[in-house]
Amino acid sequence: MMGLPRGPRRMGLAGVVALVAFAAAPLVTTRGDLLNTLVVLFISVALAQSWNVLGGLAGQVNLGHAAFFGAGALTARLLWFAQMPIALAVAAGSLAAIALGLVIGLPAFRLRGAYFAIGTLGLAEILRITVGNILPVISALPAEYVRHYSIVPRYFVALGLAALSVVVAAVLAYSKVSYGFGAIREDEDAAAASGVGPLAHKLLAMAASTGLAGLAGGVFAYYHASYYYAHPFSPLWTFDALLMTFIGGVGTVAGPVLGAAFYVLLKEVLVVRLVETHLLIFGALFVLVVLTLPGGLLEALHKLARLRKPRPAA
Amino acid sequence: MISFLQQVVFGVLVGGLYGLAAAGLSLVFGVLKILNVAHGELLMLGGYTTFWFFTLAGLDPFLSLLITWPLLFALGVLLYGGLFRFVAAADEETRIKNSVLIGFGLSLALHNVAILLWTADERGVTTDYSGTVWRLGGLAFPLTRVATLVFAGLMILGLHWFLTRTYAGKAIRATAADWEAGALVGINLNRTYRTAFALGSAAAGVAGTLVSVVYAVSPNIGLEWTLKALIVVVLAGLGSMPGTFAGGLILGVTESASSILIGAPYKEVVGLFLFLAVLLWRPQGLFAR
Repeated sequence: MMGLPRGPRRMGLAGVVALVAFAAAPLVTTRGDLLNTLVVLFISVALAQSWNVLGGLAGQVNLGHAAFFGAGALTARLLWFAQMPIALAVAAGSLAAIALGLVIGLPAFRLRGAYFAIGTLGLAEILRITVGNILPVISALPAEYVRHYSIVPRYFVALGLAALSVVVAAVLAYSKVSYGFGAIREDEDAAAASGVGPLAHKLLAMAASTGLAGLAGGVFAYYHASYYYAHPFSPLWTFDALLMTFIGGVGTVAGPVLGAAFYVLLKEVLVVRLVETHLLIFGALFVLVVLTLPGGLLEALHKLARLRKPRPAA
Repeated sequence: MISFLQQVVFGVLVGGLYGLAAAGLSLVFGVLKILNVAHGELLMLGGYTTFWFFTLAGLDPFLSLLITWPLLFALGVLLYGGLFRFVAAADEETRIKNSVLIGFGLSLALHNVAILLWTADERGVTTDYSGTVWRLGGLAFPLTRVATLVFAGLMILGLHWFLTRTYAGKAIRATAADWEAGALVGINLNRTYRTAFALGSAAAGVAGTLVSVVYAVSPNIGLEWTLKALIVVVLAGLGSMPGTFAGGLILGVTESASSILIGAPYKEVVGLFLFLAVLLWRPQGLFAR
């Protein structure tokens, strides 16, 4: 952290403080609703950040992020129910997501343009339909697992997941490889001509992104008592990831965290009042952000800060 | 053997719809270089238009094409003017990226509009002749399915005629080949883009009408049909309407054959493998020049 410029260093410090504060929360409160909302927030942070690593930092739009979240959830859930320790099951889910990512990434990344977006969209939808066909049932925790269910370990696992996702994003955003990402994001030909391998960089970002998404799915499987097996493959998860990332600020480390916090809070309010229309509002909001505020909330905050500070006389 | 042939027949019949659903997407993708992932939602709206006119006014679903087409054409004009016009001004990589993002948001919005207007139930159109089945050599040919194939084929031929024989159509093809050269020889890019987008949207609407006759319409079908259309576009490549139609038939037959050979639950996976295989070995599509 010492070698970093002032802005990120301050952000890092803020992150450590937030982590300590959140880690202390279960000691202070035992309110289930609060802890549950925070678990949802942590999983959301990881989901958004995992999309951001590939879509924001490396500039590859993934429209099927739910496939990797779902693969992690499905693998972890099935292995966990087969008596595997939960940590191993979640890790296996993450590996499954990475493997899936490479299967679609290797052919699609060789081509330009929309092929990757199409490929991932197709992958997620086909997995959702197929899982729904083969396992059209609700996955409920076995009675023995329910007896031992407690929110506190879930809380810490989810917090760790969120922290890990931010650390991975920060490492990728501030290390040498970030220049490679920037180069292929802005101009792939120029990047290749100056010796930056586009394919290797994209695959690295893909592995980090899908690995994190798979972990998030695994934690989801560990956290939820019952859901349809096909549910984590729903395109809504992809949409959540995109929306949070873009609202906060795509391609930054703090943006997805900010976006996730904003989104989870807004959803808590909207779902209660506007059950029917809240997704319509989010859809419109997303289109609006992409068209008019490409830097998200983070950019808006920076602009505000600059307005408040008097400009030095030229 | 008969049952296998029967599946092939059904595959061809549904393949026509795949082809038509893909035609509009292919047109917009090829000309504007933007990918509208809300294409399936436009198809869904076409289906609901037919459903509404059938239930409320008793209008024959195939006659309602006369309403669906202009309605979705107009919606296409609006969507282009309100959203995609801003994307079409950017460079090619940004175009694709932003159009994909906007289409994704749009698809969610339209999906929920449909839930509000028509609830999440499956809606279908059942006419007096819906149960009519022709028999030929032991094979069944349901009348409505054959009719959808015919109408889909006619629509594709119409598009093909428009693109190859009229001035506006030739302008669209010229723009698809090289928009800078097109602009230099005096083609109005904005108008051409708008026409292409509206035509694509109208084609989706027609496909939606045909879907409502044979299958059901629900708010969820949008993404499914976008996906079928995308697979066909990748399969067929850009630039030829008859090629796209043939791509649709191939996907339809492959799906039905595989539902017999490896089981119906895995039917969708076959589409994915087809997609990956084409991506690996022939990314320009099977029928592209």
